Amino acid sequence: MSLENVGITVLWMFLYGYVIVASIDFGAGFFSYYSFITGREHLVNGVIERYLSPMWEVTNVFLIFFMVGLIGFYPDTAYYYGTALLVPGSIALVLLALRGSFYAFSHYAKSSALYRFLYGATGLFIPASLATVLTISEGGFIDENNGKVTLALDRLLSNPYSWAVVLVAVTSVLYISASFLAYYAKKARDPAAAETLRRFALATALPTIFASLLVFFTLRTHNPGHFERMLDIYPLFLGSFGCFLVAFALQVTRKSYGWAFVWVMLQFLFALFGYGASHLPYLLEPYIKVHDSITSPQMGLALVIGLIAGLCLLIPSLVLLMKLFLFNTKYASGKLSEEP
Amino acid sequence: MNLDQTMLARILTMMTLSFHIIFATLGVGMPLVISIAEFLGIRRGDDHYLQMAKRWSKGYTVTVAVGVVTGTCIGLQLSLLWPTFMKLGGDAIALPLFLETFAFFFEAIFLGIYLYSWNRFSNPWIHWALGIPVLVGSSLSAFFIMTVNAFMNAPQGFKLQDGKIVDVQPILAMFNPATPTKAGHMILSAWATTAFVLACLAAYRMLKGNKQEYVKKALRLTMVLSLVFSSGTALYGDLAGKYLAKHQPEKLAAAEWHFDTGTQASLVLGGVLNEQTHEISYGVKIPYLLSFLATGSPTGEVKGLNEVAKDLQPPLFVHYLFDAMAGIGSYMVLVPLLYFLWTRKRGREVPKGLMRLIVWGGPLAMLAIQLGWVFSEVGRQPWILVGYLKTGASATTSAHVGSMVILFGLLYVFLGVAASRVLLRMFRNNPIPADVDQGREPHVA
Repeated sequence: MSLENVGITVLWMFLYGYVIVASIDFGAGFFSYYSFITGREHLVNGVIERYLSPMWEVTNVFLIFFMVGLIGFYPDTAYYYGTALLVPGSIALVLLALRGSFYAFSHYAKSSALYRFLYGATGLFIPASLATVLTISEGGFIDENNGKVTLALDRLLSNPYSWAVVLVAVTSVLYISASFLAYYAKKARDPAAAETLRRFALATALPTIFASLLVFFTLRTHNPGHFERMLDIYPLFLGSFGCFLVAFALQVTRKSYGWAFVWVMLQFLFALFGYGASHLPYLLEPYIKVHDSITSPQMGLALVIGLIAGLCLLIPSLVLLMKLFLFNTKYASGKLSEEP
Repeated sequence: MNLDQTMLARILTMMTLSFHIIFATLGVGMPLVISIAEFLGIRRGDDHYLQMAKRWSKGYTVTVAVGVVTGTCIGLQLSLLWPTFMKLGGDAIALPLFLETFAFFFEAIFLGIYLYSWNRFSNPWIHWALGIPVLVGSSLSAFFIMTVNAFMNAPQGFKLQDGKIVDVQPILAMFNPATPTKAGHMILSAWATTAFVLACLAAYRMLKGNKQEYVKKALRLTMVLSLVFSSGTALYGDLAGKYLAKHQPEKLAAAEWHFDTGTQASLVLGGVLNEQTHEISYGVKIPYLLSFLATGSPTGEVKGLNEVAKDLQPPLFVHYLFDAMAGIGSYMVLVPLLYFLWTRKRGREVPKGLMRLIVWGGPLAMLAIQLGWVFSEVGRQPWILVGYLKTGASATTSAHVGSMVILFGLLYVFLGVAASRVLLRMFRNNPIPADVDQGREPHVA
C-alpha cells in the first residue's frame, strides 16, 4: 500500500475510534442532564460517572491524534482548513476546553443546574460543529481568491446537506452512547439504569437511520460525484444497515446489550469507512487530494515506523485500561473505591 | 505596536502558550514528584509519603485537565493561526508532532489507570509501577515538542526547493543542534518548578502554624528535590548559553547587549539601555565573564549584534527577561541551600524569614518559566523558522484574529479562576488526616 493510503487508512481508524468514544462521552452528558430534569438522575448517573472517570482524557487524545496526523501526512490541509476554519474552529475549541475542564472540576465542586445544562448542551453542540468539517470537505464552501482562503459561512448555513450532517451527528451520538451505556449498566448489575438506557437507545435508533438517509439524498444534489462513488460501494452501506437491524433486534428483545453494542460499532464501522472510501481521492474538494501527501520518502518511512511502534505501545495499554475499568464488574458496579 | 494580523496572531499564540505552560510545567513535574513520594512511602513503610502522593495526585487531576484542554488549543491554533508555516514546515516536523501525540496518548491511558486504582492491588509496588508510564509519557512528550521548537530555532535536515521543503531527514531535523540544551533545560526546570511550588505549599502551611510531622516531611522532600533539579537547570542553562554563542549568536548578543564582536567580553547584569547610543547605565559589568560563559575561555571571541543586519535583530528588551530568569534561577538554588545549612542541626526550627523565601519561590519559579520562554521566543524574532521563514509571512490572512484574542482571553480567565477555586476548595475541605500523625500502623511493611 502506498504511503498516502496507509496514512488515510490509519487516520480514519483513529477518527472511527474518536466517533465511538466521544459519542459515549457527549451522549452521556446529555442523558445525564435529561435524567436530571426528568427526575431519574439517581438511575443513571453513577454508571455514567464511573465510565467517564478514567476515560475522558483518552477521548480527547483520539481527536488530537487525528488532527495532528492529518496535518503530518497532508500538510496542505493545515493551510486550507486552518485559514478557513479560524472562527468555527476556535469556537469548537473553546467548547471542548470548557467541557473537558468542567468534567474535572465537577468532581470536586458541587454541580449546579446551570453547569449540568451546559455540560449536556455542549455534548450536542460539539459533535454538530465538528461534523461541519466533514461537510466542508465536500467542497463548495471554501473559496480561494488571490491566495486568500475564505469560508463562505452563509452558503454553509443555508445548505440542506450541512444540516443533514448535523442531524446525523447528533442522533448518532445519542444512539451510540445509549447503546453502550445500556450495556455498561447491565455489566454494573444495575437493571433499572439498563432499562432506562435501553429505552434511550431505542428512541434514538430510528432517527439515526432517518438522518443517514437524509444525508444520502442531500449529497446527491450537493456532490453528485461523491454520491456516484457511494453507489459503487453500496454493499458497505447495506452491511451497515444490516448491522443496525441486528443490534435493534437484540435491544428490542433484551437479548444481549453487549452484542447489540458490538453490532452498533460494526454499523458505524461500515458506514464511516464507506463514506471515507467514496470521499477519496479528495480530502478537500477541489483543493487537496490524497496524493498531495508529504513529499519526502524518508519522512514517510519514519512516520510509518513511528506509527507501528506507537500502536504496539497503545493497543496493549488500551486493553489494560478496559480490563481494569470497562470490563471489570466490581469496578463498574462501584464496589471498588478508586478515588485517591 | 502595530496591531496587524501578524501581531494579533502573535498575541493569541503567546496568551495560549503562557497559560498552557503553567499547567504543562506541572504536568511534566508532578508525575515525577508523586512517583518519588510513593516510592519513599512504600519503601520506608511511611504513611506520610503515601498520603503526600495521594494528595498531590488529587490536585494534579485538576491541573492536568486544564493542561490537556489548553494543549489541545495550542495544537490546533498552530494550524489556525500559522497556516503558511504549517504548510511549509509540516513536512519537516511531522514526525516529532506525531510521536508527541503517541507519548501523550500513552500518558493519558496510564494516568487514568493510576489515578483510579490506588487501592486496587494488594502489592503496592504494582500501583507504583503504573505511575512509571505516566512519568515516561509526560517527559517524552515534553522532549518531542521541544525538538519541534528547537527545529524552529536551528532548522536543518532538509532542502529548500522553489519555496517547498523537500528531502527531509527526519532524525537530523529532530536532533538539531538546539535540541539537547532546549529539551534538557525545559524538562529540568519543569521538575525544579514543580518541586518549588509544592515546597511553597508546605512552607505556607508551616507559616500558618501547622507543625504536623507530615508537613515537615513534605517540606524536606521538596527542598531536596528543588536543590537537585534547580542545580541541574542552572547547569543546563550554562550549556544553553554556549549553544547560543555558537549557533544563534544574535539571540545571545541581544540578551547581553553585546554590540561589538570582541574577545574578553564582559557580562552585564541589570542596567538600562539607551537604544540610540547603546550606552548602558546602572548596569554591573563583569569583565571576561561573557567570554567565559559563552566559550569556556575568558578571552574567547563573542559575536556582537552589530554584525547582524538591523532588520534581522531581535528586540533589545530581551536582556531584562534573561536577567530576571537567571536571577530567579540563582534564587532557586540558594534558598534550598540556606534551608539545608539551617536544618543541619537536628530539630532546629526553620526561621519565619526563610520560610517566607520558600513561599515566594513557588510563584517566582513559575515566573521564571514564563520569562525564559518569552526570552527564547522573542529572541528569535523576526524569524519563525530561523533563516528561512519570517514570522510576518506566515500568519493567517483571516480578518477575525482580533475577536479570537478576546474569545480565548475570556476562556483562559475563566479556566484560571475556576481551577484555582476548585484547588483551594479541595484542599480546604480535605485537611491532612490527623491519624497520619498518630503513629498508625503502616499498612505496608
